[in-house]
Amino acid sequence: MPRTGARASLWHPQSNPISLPDFSGPGLEDDDAQGMFNLFLLQTLNGVQFGILLFLVAAGLTLIFGIMDLINLAHGVLYMVGAYFTATFTALTGDFLLGIAIALPAALLFGLVLEVLIFRHLYERDHLDQVLATFGLILILNEGVKIVWGAAPMSVPIPEILSGAIPLIGPLKYPFYRVAIIAAGLLTAVGLWLLVNHTRIGMLLRAGAVNAPMVSALGVDIRRLFMLVFGFGAMLAGFAGAMVAPILSVEPGMGDGILILTFVVIVIGGVGSVRGAFVAAILVGLVDTLGRTFGPIVLRAVMEPSAASQTGQTLAPMLIYILMAAVLFFRPSGLFPAKGAAA
Amino acid sequence: MSQPLLTVTDLRKSFGALAVTDGVSFDVHDNELHAIIGPNGAGKTTLIHQLSGSLGCDSGTVRLAGGDITRHSMVDRVRLGLARSFQITSILDGFTVIENAAMAVQARSGSSFRFLRPASKERRLNDEAMAALARVKLDDRAQRRAGSLSHGEKRQLEIAIALATGAKLLLLDEPLAGTGHEESAVLVELMRELKTTHTIVLIEHDMDAVFALADRVSVLVYGRLIATGSAAEVRSHPDVRAAYLGEEEEAVRC
Amino acid sequence: MSARTSDLAITGAVPDVAAPRGGRLAGRGTALAALLIFLVLAVLPPVAVAVNDPFLVVTATRIIVFAIAALSLDLVLGYGAMVSFGHAAFLGLGAYAVAILSSHGISDILVQGVVAVAASALFALVTGAISLRTKGVYFIMITLAFGQMAYFFMVSLSAYGGDDGLTLGGRSTLFGLPILKSDFALFYLSLGVLVLAFVGLRALTLSRFGRVLRGTKENPVRMQAIGFQPFAFQLTAYVIAGALAGIAGVLLANQAEFVSPAYMSWQRSGELIVMVVLGGMGTLVGAIGGAIALLLLEDWLAHFSEHWKLGLGVLLVLLVLFTRGGIVGGVARLFGRPRS
Repeated sequence: MPRTGARASLWHPQSNPISLPDFSGPGLEDDDAQGMFNLFLLQTLNGVQFGILLFLVAAGLTLIFGIMDLINLAHGVLYMVGAYFTATFTALTGDFLLGIAIALPAALLFGLVLEVLIFRHLYERDHLDQVLATFGLILILNEGVKIVWGAAPMSVPIPEILSGAIPLIGPLKYPFYRVAIIAAGLLTAVGLWLLVNHTRIGMLLRAGAVNAPMVSALGVDIRRLFMLVFGFGAMLAGFAGAMVAPILSVEPGMGDGILILTFVVIVIGGVGSVRGAFVAAILVGLVDTLGRTFGPIVLRAVMEPSAASQTGQTLAPMLIYILMAAVLFFRPSGLFPAKGAAA
Repeated sequence: MSQPLLTVTDLRKSFGALAVTDGVSFDVHDNELHAIIGPNGAGKTTLIHQLSGSLGCDSGTVRLAGGDITRHSMVDRVRLGLARSFQITSILDGFTVIENAAMAVQARSGSSFRFLRPASKERRLNDEAMAALARVKLDDRAQRRAGSLSHGEKRQLEIAIALATGAKLLLLDEPLAGTGHEESAVLVELMRELKTTHTIVLIEHDMDAVFALADRVSVLVYGRLIATGSAAEVRSHPDVRAAYLGEEEEAVRC
Repeated sequence: MSARTSDLAITGAVPDVAAPRGGRLAGRGTALAALLIFLVLAVLPPVAVAVNDPFLVVTATRIIVFAIAALSLDLVLGYGAMVSFGHAAFLGLGAYAVAILSSHGISDILVQGVVAVAASALFALVTGAISLRTKGVYFIMITLAFGQMAYFFMVSLSAYGGDDGLTLGGRSTLFGLPILKSDFALFYLSLGVLVLAFVGLRALTLSRFGRVLRGTKENPVRMQAIGFQPFAFQLTAYVIAGALAGIAGVLLANQAEFVSPAYMSWQRSGELIVMVVLGGMGTLVGAIGGAIALLLLEDWLAHFSEHWKLGLGVLLVLLVLFTRGGIVGGVARLFGRPRS
């Protein structure tokens, strides 16, 4: 029986040693309070970095949901494809940055091809048809990747120029590559913000998320707008995949786990809202990362240590879903609703 | 006169700066047919949504038989005896005609959390449904699929469903919408007969029908009631002529 | 587009699939088809003995288990118009109830069944109550997320195998007797549950409750206008379906003598949806047929290539793209019902 879903756990620090940078460094062995603070600082950075990646995947998807009213389960595989493109082009050129530079337009092109071949025909269908077709597309691309690149994980070395660590406080360090991810993600977020809030296309996107028929009534070529959004969303997801290629293993099904986390982000943030996606992504990244580290520690205050760590480990992965449920309970349309979702 | 069945007092609703219902007040007495007319965009649909409970209001009250129902949901209002029909035909196409009516009977006769006995074999539901269908002269169509009815028949079924809820007060939202000449004659006759047993708030564009049926008429313009009175009073009211009838005078005369 | 989002849980897909009249003949047809399937299944074990292929019974048991799960999903998806993408979680909860209880020495299937039903019904009640506050794409994403939550809960439950799953010491017992040790006994038990589930759900869909549920699918606003609150009916259907899927999980754990979080993965939920839609939503027998067809298709494709999922994916995409009105409409037309 296939167990691809389990790979989602690669996203989580304890099953992926690389995600816990300098964890056993001297910072932890000082007195407890100092150690706890250092741990908190590192995990906060990890949470932000995780959130940034989630944002990149969610930004395009929330617009696709909001503007086209299209449920796209296959957005996660675009992330995977971005990672594979990067791995391939990095290997071909021998340079990671050049690899990304080729992978991004390739991901855009890939998204556009999918739009023309498949998604374009789904906009007017009901949600169930969209679910089935994009579910089928996941099966195709996950297997396709296996056929083209093999089932074994690929790894991409961290480029020389981005390796090393930068000092934080005292002896505490943080890997430079992860700082670069945060920076690149924030830059992208700012760029998106400018695009959405200060350009004509952005105006159409915002209007489209609220009322798509109105936008098409304005004489805008809605098909081209859809195509643009879809291609661009694919590229952003691909960009996230490209950036994680050096720190996670690139393998079939790697997009499945992030897809569901992206859904959680979009539901919390509100469908169609890029701003909501940003806030929710950082929130989910922080809650998940900090919850996993500090959940057991907090529980130790009320339980005996072994039970606390057991309970903490079991509950921590559920935190973001509980967060989602709580947000939905109070705000059924998410934190920044572009349009109503509640009945 | 006795206590009105429906009392609307100073009802208000705004969307942003636009006041779509702007201080509307009127009474409807037992077995009265009260028509609400007004040009397009006057806020008639908003008003019926507010009366039926599918849209809230900013202030004002709605009372049914003396009880305040302003904050009641649509479901609660139906249970208290206020049912609506829809301007856009809203029947269950996939069900039989009788099932459409029986469903409304079912809603007020015992729990619907019964899981085993076939609902379509419940004699009591079917009998009452048939009575409602007979009232609108659809009893001979009972076993047809509702989706296969003609437009006029669907409009009749729409009214039968409202009747089957057991409501005393019917809110009829443009029952003549989209009907041809003959179909609308049937429906007008139907409403004339309904008046004998039910209280009706009628929203309608067809002036002939309104002036033929209504005991009283209210004129809604830009969310305000500018006049209420008998058909003759309203027809001759200067404000009404200015705001509304002026442009359609020809239509009214003929 | 906006008209579509105004529907309650989704999309009015095919308005009249669930209508008893469109007609009563179609209702009889589905009952006859179901009877035929049950009869073929009933004679399968002796046939398997005759052709000396005991594995046939094992495969058939697995298919029956998924048919029960698909049936339960049909209540939600086909009759309730709720596109639930987390249905496998209930299957998994039922299976884990068996595994966890038997690891503590409680192996009676009746006790396990009660716990499985209680656990999956409770999970359905809580997650359904939250999910049903929303509609459209939200509902799909949220049910998916809750399914994934259950999945990760089991992954991190290291006391019971975590990611690796848990092998059962043996099959469940009945009043202390190891009756289910025999593959035949388990097969007939599963078949019995399937028949009961079919008959029960058929009665349910025609009952007062089922009529309201079907009406809500077709036009939730109309149902409110005559005095029904859709939420209570949809939630009840969601809980009933969750509980039935939990029972399927009890059988699944016994069939495989192994449980793992993979039972609850979202791909499983997706496959269940495919079964229901391929077979024809809102017909019950369609869900059974869809389960049989999909699992046989998977086995068959797996013969040709390890990349059989590619074939399944291509099939799904093509079916959606090239049937007029999508798979949903295509299947409805196959059944010959007029579309309004």
